[in-house]
Amino acid sequence: MLFLNDPINFISGWLRGLLTGWGLPGGLMTVIIYFIGITVLIVFAMTLDILLVWVERKVVARFQDRLGPNRIGPFGLIQPFADIIKLIIKEDITPAGADKLLYNMGPVLAIASVIVLWAILPLSAKIFGVDLNVAVLYLVAAGALGTLSIIVGGWASNNKYALLGAFRMVANMISYEIPMVVALLIPTILANTMSVQGITQAQSGMWFAILSPLALIIFLISAIAELGRSPFDLNEAESEIVAGFHIEYTGMKFGLFYAGELLHAFTFGGFIAVLFFGGYGGFFGLEKIGFFSWLNNPFVQAVVFLAKAMFGYWVIMWIKYSMPRIRIDHMLGFNWKFLTPLALVVLVNTAILSKVLVGLPNWGYVLGMLFSNIVIGFITVEILRAYGRKQRKAEAKPAPQSAHNQEQAA
Amino acid sequence: MTADQIIFILCAVVIIVSALMVVTTRKLIHAALWLVAALFGVAILYAVLQASFLAVVQVVVYIGAIAILFIFAVMLTRREMLDKGAQTRSNWWLPALLGLLILTGLVFLIIGQPAFSRTASEIPADVDTLRNLGTALVSPDAFVLPFEVASVLLLAALVGAVYIASDKKK
Repeated sequence: MLFLNDPINFISGWLRGLLTGWGLPGGLMTVIIYFIGITVLIVFAMTLDILLVWVERKVVARFQDRLGPNRIGPFGLIQPFADIIKLIIKEDITPAGADKLLYNMGPVLAIASVIVLWAILPLSAKIFGVDLNVAVLYLVAAGALGTLSIIVGGWASNNKYALLGAFRMVANMISYEIPMVVALLIPTILANTMSVQGITQAQSGMWFAILSPLALIIFLISAIAELGRSPFDLNEAESEIVAGFHIEYTGMKFGLFYAGELLHAFTFGGFIAVLFFGGYGGFFGLEKIGFFSWLNNPFVQAVVFLAKAMFGYWVIMWIKYSMPRIRIDHMLGFNWKFLTPLALVVLVNTAILSKVLVGLPNWGYVLGMLFSNIVIGFITVEILRAYGRKQRKAEAKPAPQSAHNQEQAA
Repeated sequence: MTADQIIFILCAVVIIVSALMVVTTRKLIHAALWLVAALFGVAILYAVLQASFLAVVQVVVYIGAIAILFIFAVMLTRREMLDKGAQTRSNWWLPALLGLLILTGLVFLIIGQPAFSRTASEIPADVDTLRNLGTALVSPDAFVLPFEVASVLLLAALVGAVYIASDKKK
């Protein structure tokens, strides 16, 4: 029963006993046990990644009214393995004039920037890598590493398209990092902590998605921008710069970029679940009732977490396959003139209300937060509507005829 | 030798070698990436010292900023971004000597301090360093004045940047 209630500590205790029996010193033993733990976590993430290839293909097929992979194995489940074999036996090409070391570092950094995120992802109250007290900022720091991989890969390929893709990624990252950090501050304020375990536990009664739906939307948009997925996939826009930063990569090196992108999207789905949907918990107090106490089991919690993460991943896919790519000036304008001010307004609102409403009963607090978000959302939509109307009127007005035009008409 | 000391020595070697490579490498892009390595080493040092907030901020701010440095390096230099000229001037020994003197002086000064031979006490597990840092930044008897002055300075820089970049013809 101990294994079912606390699997990680059970296994590490068992291993510790085993290694002590072999006569290893304590320090070395800790290193070995941590190393095994890290390896298991990475293997789990990468195995999930293989499944994600299949999920992505099946889901995009549904969105585009196709069937998706269905030839190899039941429901085409063996398809990703066939893909991997294909990628591995492809010729590995390094372009002439490429910066060899940096060229090879690009894909490694791309996958590493995702794997480091799994260190803080809490699968359940007992199954997690580490509970950092700055986990929310750590998420942003890992994003900086991901951007670095794209810049390094794009520059080292010695290809103009690749470099253009890298440049666009920098513009993308610098701008969307700001609303993302501001949106991340809102769960931090609501939970009074930056640790993901703390944020999850603070949502056991009420999800932050209900307390602050605007923060959820802002985080989702900036997460998609950080992932570089459509509509923000300017860094690999096929119709403009062929394949962008990974144009020169072949075989498994391309595969690493691709796998990194899928796992990154899923991981962000997981963070949306943790920050706004209660992560592994958030059953609105249901788990405290005796009949539902099995909800506290770490394995049940892990399944709940993965299901919520998969939902977040599905929303990201839904947006990706329904929206056309936006132009770069629109992307920057959208961020600086709309998303950043809105995020700041929501942040100030949340910070003030969390102090003002502190004396109220729980339902008053929740309703107050939700109502303020609805008011801000309504005002935003009204401002957007007025702005859009003004612009449409300006376009509908006939342009003043210049002397030159009149001459031509005559 | 404890594990902390081994990590410190490894980090110190990485930082010093990377910092040397920043100034000696001929490719501008490589210099930027060596700078990333040096700053990352500093972040690890912060993490070893249990200053998790500083460690993460170091990565966010500096590795994020390197991206911009990268862009400038690519845009403001010649096509191959390779400097073929001499890397030193004829009087290079003078600053080297001065630097060495200052380093020796500092080392002697630090060794003379009583705190040098003292081992740092472990931070108790129930102390939230992040909360303490946050409180110190806004409490009047700690760092609220420097914090506010810095924020006003940054705001002025922001307004200035917007003014310079704005289209004055309209």
